[in-house]
Amino acid sequence: MTLYSLFPIAPEIFLISSICLLLVLDVFISDSQRIITYWASVIAVIITALLSLLTFNHDITILFSGSVIIDPISSLLKTFSSLLIVICFIYSKEYLIKNNLFKGEFFILSLFTLLGIFVMTSSHNLLILYLGLEILALSLYTLIAFNRDSAVATESAIKYFVLGAIASGTLLYGISFIYGITGSIQFDLISNYYLSNNSNLGISLLALAFILVAVAFKFGAAPFHMWLPDVYQGSSAPVTLLIGTAPKVAAFVITWRLLVDALGPLFMYWKEIVFFLIVLSLLIGNLAAIAQTNLKRMLAYSTISHVGYILMGFVALSEGGLSASLFYVVVYTLTAALAFGMIIILSTKNKEAQNIEDFSGLNEKSPWFAFMLLIAMFSMAGVPPFPGFYAKLLVLSSVIDAGMLWLAIIGIITAVIGAFYYLRVIWFMYFNKPKGKFTPNGDTVFNYSLSINAVALVVIGFLPSYLLNLCNYLLS
Amino acid sequence: MNYGFPILSFIIWLPIVGAFLVLASSRFAPSISKSIALLVSIISFIISIPLYLNFDFTTSKMQFLESYLWIDSLNVFYSLGIDGISLPLILLTTFLTPLVILAGWEVVKYRPPQYYASFLILEGLMVGVFSALDGLLFYVFWEAMLIPMFIIIGIWGGDNRIYATVKFFLYTFLGSVFMLLALIYLYLQSGSYSILDFHNLPLSLNEQIFIFLAFLFAFAVKVPMWPVHTWLPDAHVQAPTGGSVILAAILLKMGGYGFLRFSLPITPDASNSLDWLLITLSLFAVIYIALVALAQKDMKKLIAYSSITHMGFVTLGFFIIFMIINNTSSTTAALLALQGGMMQMISHGFISGALFLCVGVLYDRIHSREISDYGGVANIMPKFAAFMVFFAFANIGLPGTSGFVGEFLVIIASYHASFWLAFLAATSLVFGAAYTLWLVKRVLFGEAKNEKIISLSDVNTREWFILALLSLVVLLFGVWPSPLINIMEPTLLNLLDHVTSTKL
Repeated sequence: MTLYSLFPIAPEIFLISSICLLLVLDVFISDSQRIITYWASVIAVIITALLSLLTFNHDITILFSGSVIIDPISSLLKTFSSLLIVICFIYSKEYLIKNNLFKGEFFILSLFTLLGIFVMTSSHNLLILYLGLEILALSLYTLIAFNRDSAVATESAIKYFVLGAIASGTLLYGISFIYGITGSIQFDLISNYYLSNNSNLGISLLALAFILVAVAFKFGAAPFHMWLPDVYQGSSAPVTLLIGTAPKVAAFVITWRLLVDALGPLFMYWKEIVFFLIVLSLLIGNLAAIAQTNLKRMLAYSTISHVGYILMGFVALSEGGLSASLFYVVVYTLTAALAFGMIIILSTKNKEAQNIEDFSGLNEKSPWFAFMLLIAMFSMAGVPPFPGFYAKLLVLSSVIDAGMLWLAIIGIITAVIGAFYYLRVIWFMYFNKPKGKFTPNGDTVFNYSLSINAVALVVIGFLPSYLLNLCNYLLS
Repeated sequence: MNYGFPILSFIIWLPIVGAFLVLASSRFAPSISKSIALLVSIISFIISIPLYLNFDFTTSKMQFLESYLWIDSLNVFYSLGIDGISLPLILLTTFLTPLVILAGWEVVKYRPPQYYASFLILEGLMVGVFSALDGLLFYVFWEAMLIPMFIIIGIWGGDNRIYATVKFFLYTFLGSVFMLLALIYLYLQSGSYSILDFHNLPLSLNEQIFIFLAFLFAFAVKVPMWPVHTWLPDAHVQAPTGGSVILAAILLKMGGYGFLRFSLPITPDASNSLDWLLITLSLFAVIYIALVALAQKDMKKLIAYSSITHMGFVTLGFFIIFMIINNTSSTTAALLALQGGMMQMISHGFISGALFLCVGVLYDRIHSREISDYGGVANIMPKFAAFMVFFAFANIGLPGTSGFVGEFLVIIASYHASFWLAFLAATSLVFGAAYTLWLVKRVLFGEAKNEKIISLSDVNTREWFILALLSLVVLLFGVWPSPLINIMEPTLLNLLDHVTSTKL
């Protein structure tokens, strides 16, 4: 094995090396110079993103006796997750400084989550996938508890940890069954086994159920969503931003690799279960969100409903459906980044603008910021010309094409229910008088990045075809 | 026919770009932002005049076509074009928007640039709805329009504005998502979103009925038809004057337009077999809602209910054609019904708009919409009273005003279907006269009721100009409707031909 043959995993190698370097570097830096760690991490992520882009290759490369796969989708999604992490760093900087949380650990742990996402994205066997999942999960547990003086944060970290450990346990349990049945942990071999062999169906379904529980938990699909609202609310806003964006990309990839690549032949069995997850996520997510007065919690429930839509592409199981889901994930994460960015930019020292009331009269204080949140809300509600509409349109088309008209009808009715709580945010911003002291207080870089984020959404809304063609290409 | 200059795109995008200009100007030169808004809307109107001048009156084909591939993987085109149905509605839109902006001139005090910008965006989107030839493009315009309207009612509306605007949004959103399902279904069947392809797509009766009901849900909410009309009185009452004018004059027409553009030609057999439903609902609107209007204590609510009855004539005219053809096989009578419906849409646009402006004039002075707060206004505001009486008569459908033409055509056409239908429809003329004249009597005539009324000032030049312009148009189309009817005739004949040939 020459050194060059390691090039496909150069992003991971570079990332882990920079994490080690940063760990050392950070020790020798005083608190007043912490900005160096910040810039070093940003640059490290940007280089990682570029490296991932360089590994882009039309062909599929499988390395290390079938445990790692480098295909177009993994390269591009690694780039995209790196981008999300950069966004997260830029949005978080001010907030962390204000709240005395501007520590090297935040950046190093975030880089670890990125590493976990990379490993998951490129996994081609069950253990590598599990490894990636654990890297991601462990760094997230720590990040949530990062603000150690906050009782809510600690509480939600423990909740997440306990439930997450159970989910990991069920995943491992499912994996062990699969290994026992098929004699392999490699995705393509598992798939081949089920294509040629129909015995052991009962125990396979048991394994499938365990794996699905873990996937649903990681994705945040109802009824395994209980951790999500608490974690979203309990974490500090930058961490919520982190949890709400990049890991969703990873969740999409592992769902795709597990359910389609490995367990694709069992489609007719897992379809039923996923169908049930979708309906429940749509209903619980949208109905529970109506009752929320806390914006972070509301966005958590809205995430649950969006997961329902994302999973729709899987039950349609067509190229169009999967690319619709991918499109949905990309659009959703960008929108969520904008929404959480707005929460961060309004927050002051020791006080987060996390209640919907805190946004009252934002239009009078600063119309442009109100307009940006309006874009995010209408996009999430699926109102054209914002990209969330095309995302919903595509997943709905794919399920109708697959003959599941009723699922589409449930989808649109819950979308209308969902529109209500997005509208409520807008009405607080536009129709109510200003209340409270929250005004946007970011620095220039933050303001411009947030604006670029919003403009990017509008551009995708007007010209969705580029992103759409890319998604189609990646999943063809 | 292709027209060298992308004139439709221009009418759509100029106001939208102008809106952002207005918003930007609020930062640098707030004093001129409303002038910019007015200028942009006037330019849009001027640009739309060549649409009429260069329109080919002899063909039913789409004109001023523009088509670019927009979303290739879904085969969606940015394609625009107009025919005899859309042209009058586009002109109505571009004509009314400057008036609405002018109507808010001194009245809107809170964040005026955002107010004008919302109306300009709304104008562009409405023209987009009337000229889109691609189903998805149509849907994008149709839904996007909810955003500025939601903002307009919510920010500048009355006391209960939030309830009203959320109700408006959710009602119409719920209606239109079903249309989206129908559009997706049609796309999966035909492989494109082109509306003209949908027209020629063969569909079984069951498919047609489902699609028809999905469209009906969207359009019935918008028209609005009984029993999904309940959002309208709330929205109208709470909306600012300009919002009510646009809502009554143009937004409601989108429902009617949708029936002509989608329901009738795409699902002719379902329309034929379900026409009894539409006729019943229309008659309910015409008679029952007229009685409801009689009981109103709020001027705007009364006019809102009167809008629902008038729109009932529109849907009656559109769906009675099947009965006429089945009973008498007279295409002429069926054409009359369609023409009547269209005329009613256009004329109602002017008349209801004008009536809301009249109420706005009073509301700006006394800040009350209650009929009981008024009385004897004619003694103090004679010029205003003259206008209001004129528009009230137009609303009743007095011969010589445009309101007469539409209702008359629909009633004589329905006589060919059945005497009793025509009789029932005609009763609304009596009720209409009752609630309108009673309103006029209570508000305008008698002794000046209180101090506030006595201290009123008559219409100023700006208000006089707006109302005079509208009364001129109402009068013009009342005595000389043929320009409008000529525009529509080839298109409606072609539509009739298409609708009467079965798709099965």
